[in-house]
Amino acid sequence: MLTLDNLHLQLGDFRLEADLAITTGARVALMGPSGAGKTTLLSAIAGFLAPQSGRILWNGADITGMPPGDRPLSILFQDQNLFPHLTVAQNIGLGLDPKLRLSAQDRDRIEATLARVGLTGLGARKPAQLSGGQQSRVALARALLRARPMLLLDEPFAALGPALKGEMLALCAEMAREQGTTVLMVSHDPQDARALCPETVLVAEGRALAPQPTGVLLDDPPPVLAEYLGQTRRDQV
Amino acid sequence: MKPAGAAPRHPARAAVRTLTAQGWPARIAAILVAAAILGPLAAVIRHAGGLSGLGSGDIDALWFTLWQAAVSAVLSCLLAVPVARALARRRFPGRGLLISLMGAPFILPTVVAAMGLVAVFGRRGMVNAGLEALGLPGVTVYGAQGVILAHVFLNLPLAVRMVLHGWQAVPSERLRLAAALGFGRAEVARHIERPMLRAVLPGAFLAIFLVCLTSFAIALTLGGGPRATTVELAIYQAFRFDADAGRAAALALVQIGVSVIALLASLALTAPPAFGAGLDRADAPPVRGARVKDALVLGAATLFLLLPLATILLRGLPALFDLPPSILRAAGTSVAIALGSTVLTLALALPLALAAPRARWAEVAGTLPMTASSLVLGTGLFLILRPFVNPVTLALPVTLLANALMSLPFALRLLMPEARALRADYDRLAASLGLRGLARLRLLDLPRLARPLGFSAGLAAAFSMGDLGVITLFSDGQRQTLPLALYQLMGAYRMDLAAAAACLLMALTFALFWAFDRIGQNADPR
Amino acid sequence: MNRIHMLAAPLCALSLVSGAAFAADKPVLTVYAPEYFTSEWGPGPKIEEGFEKICDCDLKFVAGDVLPRILLEGERTGADAVIGLTTDVLARARATGLFAPHNEDISRLTLPVAWTDDTFLPFNWSETAFIYDKTKLSDPPQSFQDLLDAPANAYKIAIQDPRASISGLALLFWVKAIYGDQAEAAWEKLAPKILTVTQDWSESYGLFTDGEVDMVLSFTTSPAYHIIAENDDTKAAAIFPEGHYFLTETAAALKNAKQPELAQKFLDYILSDDFQGMIATANWSYPVIEKPGFLPEAFAALPRPEKTLFFSEDEAEALRAPATEEWRQALRR
Repeated sequence: MLTLDNLHLQLGDFRLEADLAITTGARVALMGPSGAGKTTLLSAIAGFLAPQSGRILWNGADITGMPPGDRPLSILFQDQNLFPHLTVAQNIGLGLDPKLRLSAQDRDRIEATLARVGLTGLGARKPAQLSGGQQSRVALARALLRARPMLLLDEPFAALGPALKGEMLALCAEMAREQGTTVLMVSHDPQDARALCPETVLVAEGRALAPQPTGVLLDDPPPVLAEYLGQTRRDQV
Repeated sequence: MKPAGAAPRHPARAAVRTLTAQGWPARIAAILVAAAILGPLAAVIRHAGGLSGLGSGDIDALWFTLWQAAVSAVLSCLLAVPVARALARRRFPGRGLLISLMGAPFILPTVVAAMGLVAVFGRRGMVNAGLEALGLPGVTVYGAQGVILAHVFLNLPLAVRMVLHGWQAVPSERLRLAAALGFGRAEVARHIERPMLRAVLPGAFLAIFLVCLTSFAIALTLGGGPRATTVELAIYQAFRFDADAGRAAALALVQIGVSVIALLASLALTAPPAFGAGLDRADAPPVRGARVKDALVLGAATLFLLLPLATILLRGLPALFDLPPSILRAAGTSVAIALGSTVLTLALALPLALAAPRARWAEVAGTLPMTASSLVLGTGLFLILRPFVNPVTLALPVTLLANALMSLPFALRLLMPEARALRADYDRLAASLGLRGLARLRLLDLPRLARPLGFSAGLAAAFSMGDLGVITLFSDGQRQTLPLALYQLMGAYRMDLAAAAACLLMALTFALFWAFDRIGQNADPR
Repeated sequence: MNRIHMLAAPLCALSLVSGAAFAADKPVLTVYAPEYFTSEWGPGPKIEEGFEKICDCDLKFVAGDVLPRILLEGERTGADAVIGLTTDVLARARATGLFAPHNEDISRLTLPVAWTDDTFLPFNWSETAFIYDKTKLSDPPQSFQDLLDAPANAYKIAIQDPRASISGLALLFWVKAIYGDQAEAAWEKLAPKILTVTQDWSESYGLFTDGEVDMVLSFTTSPAYHIIAENDDTKAAAIFPEGHYFLTETAAALKNAKQPELAQKFLDYILSDDFQGMIATANWSYPVIEKPGFLPEAFAALPRPEKTLFFSEDEAEALRAPATEEWRQALRR
């Protein structure tokens, strides 16, 4: 279980509070207006932003001060998920050993994972030789191989077309189910949230609220979310 | 992939704080540099005992120093604009090669440069022969004009590179927008070129101004005289001829003051000078018209920059194989010092450059050497070492150290933009994967910085090859460097052998630069 | 440093190594000498060879700026003797009190000036002169005054900076010796003909051989090099009736020498026929003791000035600063 214990984040004038828990294996969307702090919250959980106060716990263990790479999670950013000067196989290999000292067995696992995400035989290529969708698959393959208990998605597929994005999200969900991964996903699209995330954390007005069932939240959004989603509340129709 | 160096989109990005432990190598480098620069400076200041020993001749020297540096920098910048413009908007076969060749004078040892300039612009040079044939008044390569001519020759390549870099930093969307709006040349100049130049030229001016402030080898070879004596030359005279360390130190104090002021001014400018290699950009829209003008500009610049090199080659080649073993030995010593100081430069510059984006002190430390000219540094080291050892016995290590320190600011300036882009683009990814320490250096930093590292190494090696500063103060006559040996040949009436030695010096300098630059380019996995 | 030696080693092997390797067990005489001295074109190697034949020792030259080094090292200097101190620095060298008497009979010297110094022993001499190319300059100046009075475009000359070069300083004294109080006016007349003022003799001379200047400030003995070493008799010194300024290089032993006997032996050697007979072509200057056969024929045939100008050490030291300032004022305009 991921616990954000009375977490206070501050970035210049911007403040965000979070005091909530997410159960292991849950798939949670982070929704809210632009600039509300969704990415900031993910950054703090991933270890890129030290909180002003409060703690981040995983299964009861305090990970607040842990280096990003040691945390029980993988994160996919909006962009720059791959090192352009390393091959696809090396990029994935970093998930097994950051020093890239790979055994034959490791190499087999990388090949297998590549096959798993539909990139058989492309291990020797550089990222620039792949399409956007293929690049996303490489990043996902690495996360799959790292097999950390949590997967944070900071809109890694935003640049892909709707069909491709849906396909990638489905792949994520499938992986998460297989490995029992807890997924936290920033989302702007209610469709995605409904399709993939049974629960949603609303981030708005300086607070991240406890997870709520996505369907319920989207069916009857509070004003701040409704405005963001471009809906008017049904009861006012 | 997003282009390197793009601004972070979200506030959280800017404040990302990685927990990788990269601090200590940079700290050690900074402490070493600070000690190696501030120690000698302190020794000089302590020894100087004030400025009372300076006379009206020294005031003249100060004014001349400032004046020639300002004029040289202004001329270099003004001439660089049309050259860079032509290079930016034209595509022709051999353009990349031309850009590389036009950079050559910047790394040319000044002794050699002076010889080449005399051959081209001297009284018996081809330029004056041509002017005379046309019935035009001649030009002179001596005295104040000579110093400025030589400084423009040596630094125009730097100015061209910086302005060209400015052109290439203009987003291609903007150029396409200009084309879409049907901009003519005047509109392009007004809306694109002038704002770019306003951002780039002050940095170029100050960079060249700083380099020219401490130049003395040109006045040394082409002739100073009372009208063209720089402060650095006066230090040389005080130290070498008068053996007056106190006076040398007082003059050094003046030199430090001027350099620090100029340096603070340049640090206050936000745009750091960049020396990036000129890369082709495929999507620059073609420009019509002005073809003849651009061709003339490029032709003139090429002749100005390359003719002196060609004459060195022609004059030196006949005697090249007559060079005695002692000259080859001196060449070996020079190359060994150059290699050593290159390694030291990179060992200091790399950790500082990697730390610089998040720690201002790293940039300050790496820039410190610009406050001390090579002779000031040499004077200070001499004063420090004297009570303990015979400084002469340390001639080679001291020369190696001084050369490395002198190249450090250039290397840092080359590495910093790439280091900054690397941090913005890949720090979080590296941290999220636990990539740190030596693994990060091997898998991320070195490959991403291979190009500027190779270029910096080339510059450091070239600067060291041509050095005639510290070695002249410490030389024991036994272990010669090639520039010193060249002087000995001239001193012994062996002018043909001296020309051959100059040719060899030029060839070795270019070869080292080329080799390092190549290594960097080949190691770049992009 | 070891690494550098290792890298340089293959190149060293190619070079002519003197007998140093065999002299490990012999006493070492350390002599500070000017930079030019120790190169294979300087006189150093010949002197070393000649002296080591008779001294049963290892003569080691340390090349560099001799007096600055001695001044900086003071009592702890590692030198037993010095060679190559020029007259302009003798006053300051003497003031250190570090030098010992030379104990030589200097009545034997055949210098054009009276020499009575009991510390600094001359070993060669020459005089300042403007050198020109006979094939290029058909009407060289006949006198210093001729040179001053010539129109600005008649000749272009290269001189050396008196603040940085011994020959430049000698020119300063030359002008002062001829023109006295009128020296500044003389410099003003000379100024338009000066193409450039170099820091070192080498650069000036290089400009002359390149044809950049018509005349160069050098020495009356310079043509000897071209005649003897290059078989080229086109270079000549313009001899002026006003006289030419005397230049000499000296040697001296140090009081604190670790090898005082060897140092004395070295000074003895300097006045020996062996040394004096060799110095003319080793250093392109006159020996201080001239005997038949010491000068090659062509060398002996060089025209010599009728009058030699020279300031005593004290006069020169007193004149130096004001004369430099006169020069500076005349040339900065």
